[in-house]
Amino acid sequence: MSTRYFGQRIKRNEDVRMLTGQALHVDDVNFTDMLHVAFYRSRDAHGYIKDIDVSAAQEREGVVAVYTAEDLGDYWQPGPLLVPPPPTIEGLIFHQRTQVPLAKDKVRFVGEPIVMVVAESRYIAEDAVGDIWVEVEALPAVIDIEQALNEDMPTIHDDLDSNMAAHVVQKKGNYEAAVQQADLVIKRKLKYDRGTAAAMENRGIVAQWDAKSQKLTVWDTTQAPIVIRNGLAAMLGLSEHQVRVIAPFIGGGFGPKIMMFYQEEVLLPWASMKLNRPLKWIEDRQENFFATTQERGQVHEAELALTNDGRILGLKHNFIHDGGAYIPYGLTIPLNSQANALGPYATPNYYSEFKVAFTNKPIVTPYRGAGRQHGVFVIERLLDLAAKQLDLSPIEIRRRNFIQPEAFPYNHEIIFQDFAPLVFDSGNYEPALDMAIEMIGYEQFIKEEQPRLRAEGKKVGIGVAAYVEGTGIGPYEGARITVEASGKVSVASGIGTQGQGHFTSFAQIVADQLGVDVRNVYLVTGDTDQFHWGAGTFASRGAVVAGNAIHSAAVEVRKKILKLASEKLEAAEEDLELADGQVRVKGVPETAIKLGSLAVMANPLRGAVRPGTEPGLEATSYFGPESGTTASGVHALIVEVDPETMKVEVKKYVVVHDCGKVINPLILDGQIHGGVAQGLGNAFYEQLHFDENGQLLNASFMDYLLPTALDVPRMEIGHVETLSPLNPLGIKGAGEAGAIPAAPVFVQAVENALGDDAPEILEIPLSPNRLFELVFGE
Amino acid sequence: MNTLHTITVIINGQSYEREVEPRLLLSDFIRHEIGLTGTHVGCEHGVCGACTILFDDEPVRSCIMFAVQANGHTIMTIEGLTPDASEENLHPLQASFREAHGLQCGFCTGGFLMTLLPFLQENPNPSEQDIREAISGNICRCTGYQHIVDAVKIAAAKMEGQ
Amino acid sequence: MKPPPFEYFAPTTLDDALDYMADYGDEAKPLAGGQSLIPTMNFRLAQPEVLVDLNGLAELAYIRPAAGGGVSIGAMTRQRSVERSPLVAEQAPLIHETMPYIAHPQIRNRGTFGGNLAHTDPASELPAVATALNARFRAQSRSGQRWLTADEFFVDLFTTALEPEELLVEIVIPPLPAQTGYAFREISRRHGDYALVGVAATVTLDNNGRCEAARLVYLSVGDKPVEAVQATAALIGQKLTAEAIDDAAEIAAAQDIDPPGDIHASVTYRRHLAKVLAKQVLAKATARAKQE
Repeated sequence: MSTRYFGQRIKRNEDVRMLTGQALHVDDVNFTDMLHVAFYRSRDAHGYIKDIDVSAAQEREGVVAVYTAEDLGDYWQPGPLLVPPPPTIEGLIFHQRTQVPLAKDKVRFVGEPIVMVVAESRYIAEDAVGDIWVEVEALPAVIDIEQALNEDMPTIHDDLDSNMAAHVVQKKGNYEAAVQQADLVIKRKLKYDRGTAAAMENRGIVAQWDAKSQKLTVWDTTQAPIVIRNGLAAMLGLSEHQVRVIAPFIGGGFGPKIMMFYQEEVLLPWASMKLNRPLKWIEDRQENFFATTQERGQVHEAELALTNDGRILGLKHNFIHDGGAYIPYGLTIPLNSQANALGPYATPNYYSEFKVAFTNKPIVTPYRGAGRQHGVFVIERLLDLAAKQLDLSPIEIRRRNFIQPEAFPYNHEIIFQDFAPLVFDSGNYEPALDMAIEMIGYEQFIKEEQPRLRAEGKKVGIGVAAYVEGTGIGPYEGARITVEASGKVSVASGIGTQGQGHFTSFAQIVADQLGVDVRNVYLVTGDTDQFHWGAGTFASRGAVVAGNAIHSAAVEVRKKILKLASEKLEAAEEDLELADGQVRVKGVPETAIKLGSLAVMANPLRGAVRPGTEPGLEATSYFGPESGTTASGVHALIVEVDPETMKVEVKKYVVVHDCGKVINPLILDGQIHGGVAQGLGNAFYEQLHFDENGQLLNASFMDYLLPTALDVPRMEIGHVETLSPLNPLGIKGAGEAGAIPAAPVFVQAVENALGDDAPEILEIPLSPNRLFELVFGE
Repeated sequence: MNTLHTITVIINGQSYEREVEPRLLLSDFIRHEIGLTGTHVGCEHGVCGACTILFDDEPVRSCIMFAVQANGHTIMTIEGLTPDASEENLHPLQASFREAHGLQCGFCTGGFLMTLLPFLQENPNPSEQDIREAISGNICRCTGYQHIVDAVKIAAAKMEGQ
Repeated sequence: MKPPPFEYFAPTTLDDALDYMADYGDEAKPLAGGQSLIPTMNFRLAQPEVLVDLNGLAELAYIRPAAGGGVSIGAMTRQRSVERSPLVAEQAPLIHETMPYIAHPQIRNRGTFGGNLAHTDPASELPAVATALNARFRAQSRSGQRWLTADEFFVDLFTTALEPEELLVEIVIPPLPAQTGYAFREISRRHGDYALVGVAATVTLDNNGRCEAARLVYLSVGDKPVEAVQATAALIGQKLTAEAIDDAAEIAAAQDIDPPGDIHASVTYRRHLAKVLAKQVLAKATARAKQE
């Protein structure tokens, strides 16, 4: 196989449509008879609904329907549990409580939908929302994660004794014994607060029931169209073939768009069938701050036991995870936090216990990193503090604890979020560390630059942090590849796409196998009528799982091409090559058949298709990895803190990343850049501020601060390639890598910049205001 | 309160006459009345910049203007950058975004292009800092901006040669 | 986030606009650039019954020399035009220096000079700068016109002295006295954001190089522009040494202002920034005054 495209910085196939304003987004779908939806959402974080008066809304001109929970009848059901807890963890406690379409007796977070209004325009629908009166008997709101578990707190789910949603203990070896042998135990409490993914495109749904064809079509900003289709069909009593879910171009996902089923996702299709009209709901930015899921609230109490020479003997890692009002996504996030605290380090003894707390805040589901950054924050901070105490450099302490290259596959002996044991497939951490140190100029900075700048009164600091990222988990993805009569190749896959460049990276894989121009490979994804098997785009798995499925299907098609061409050209298969859209005899380029012609021959109008063969040059394949691949890397940065304002400027940022074989370095760099930007946002700009009543104080882009081009530094990226043995392409995922260690490494550098009297920084996010408080006292 | 106003607006060189309610946002008018959906809406409070258009040749946020205010004015949207949507006819600014991978999900891209077109006409040789300041009113959540900045540098070189 | 319905008028002459204001009084809101009003309506925090759109009033979009020196700016002049005006740069350099701090170019292309002042957002730059520069405000209604000082014009949070039927039509910025320096600085989270604290200063030196007059006006520390009168009083007659400036900055932060705390900045942090910024602007203004 030639690798003309694989590994190259290929320009993207999808760009022309996006750059000319021709890429279809959900809000671009319009029908002349379409109705528009708005929701009355709870103003209270916690309370009993006493009365709902929708009469004025119903009377408003232009209002077509107003629905409350009562109107839904049997259709009113709690949503599915998307990811059950791992069955193999002993003693695990899990209280499944999932969101309901419209709040019935009780409201559990500000923004929870109570009434659905359908009107001739969104403008009128919003007017009508203003007409609605809901009386709520307010209860004290459960906001603080730690207090949430106190016995005297009101319970959010009345049938439970407390707000504890889950309790999980995992261990490896014997931590207590390790402490006995330790020369040093570092013990700290660390906090991580909430943020939001804030994809530039808010969520949206268009549902169109066509009574004549008995078909429901749903355009949805989801990261998992197939699962949505199957679920909707079941809920609505339709055949799966009557439901088509299209996830067209999506303006950023980052995790929250994989949440299923959002209330609106359940309600719009139902109401469209009831009214026999197309319906549209486009979430506005204000709604997005309440109605779309969020993440990141955790409080950790962690201990690291070490020898005098800085070797880790054991880690104890207990934490509380903020689950929000409902936990449809199970334990994915805290399990990631639990696993990622082990980092790339050989940790012989581990004890980790976490509790999930229900709180009166929006629902929590994975957002880029999905709990991994919490684990990284914990271990990296503890290592920094240990290094300080042992008078080791932060580099050295990490080097001494890295899992060694010959130790892979490395079994951490705990269960990961995919229910499989946490086994790192492959890795080689020191070369990445060395490259990062070299690129950031660590030695020179420490020995020359920092002393010189400090002498000038400048507060400059450096940080270096390592991380691993479990990626590319199952269950599976699939693809169908067809050579068309035109010679173009179509690829249909089930995963949706939100900007990751799938139209290009997948085309590269196919183009190499079939010897066609990458621009002649046409990808269809996120349309259940085109392909209806698969899980979705999440957990940095698209390239690994769908990429390998596509590769496998391409290999099958290639076999068919060679077999048929061998007959037609009367040449042995091994003498044939695929190039320039043709099959030809090696060394005899005039003896060739165009792929398009071969595709026609494979689908004849006369003559039979022989038993045991199939028409066409087409194949469908699936790829289901037993367990995930483990990507890794090192981030390093230099910051300057303005001692007067406590503003922080990132002067230099280096990422060395190892995700195995790289399909398209241009796309990969973009993924990392974007991840780092979100990580820095998380570190220093973005924080959701809830008051004690559960009211969000900064539900706008004026007050929730997304980093701009002036806040994100130029980044330098280095690559190390340690192939994954778990898939034929040797690739690992990369989508979340940029975001995972950015906040921990930022904190380390800020602390370093503040010098000897720096406060210990044990929380994220920071802000100039918070840094000022930490340095000068509150 | 719902008195309709007849407005005439030139968008991308074409004149449109429509009846609008005063409260109709210009972004909604462009997208849903005219059908030019390349202009995207990200926040509807004038911060994210996704809905940026050229209004009488100056970049403005279309989500914080009323359509009725566009009566008698000239607008350009992302669709107006090229005579068609073909690869061959991409404007140098668009082609540079493609070359440098200056877009991922593409949702914010139209706003960036509309901000940058007049910027590059006024600043043919911008520094990195100039570029970053120029785009600081446009939020991108995917790229971390680096490839956008690279794209602008490439575009500046291309457009200067024209 | 769609705005509530309203009645809309788009007069093309000031007289017509004043008629609408007179007819609709309290129900009407004048619509200038709309860069604050329309977002507020999109959030449905403002629900005016009537909007009188002033964007057709070409007669209110001008920048010209004021009689008696300084510059006269029509209320409907776009902020971007003020930013780019050589006359403003020459006659009111403090305003020229401040303009880029206001949001982003896309906002300044639409936002107007008068609209910003009449909105009286305590976090906005121009009210503080206009106060420091002793700007005068011309208000007009169908029954006539009147002139107001900055102190008179800015009344409270989002409140001016304008009567419901009145429009702000012109702002006159008097020339700086001889040997006067100026400076503006602010600290915001991101470029273009509302300032956590901002401050404008002017310093006039006498022939002996001592401070003859000074103004120090803050934004984002109160319900309207807040002048640090005790701080500047302490500077009068002084040589503006680093120590004198430090002392004044201390007084400004500790005594002259009573800043609010919010999610972006605590009271203590705001006071701290107020001191840091006062030092910077007073030093810069003094240096500029010496060059005069």
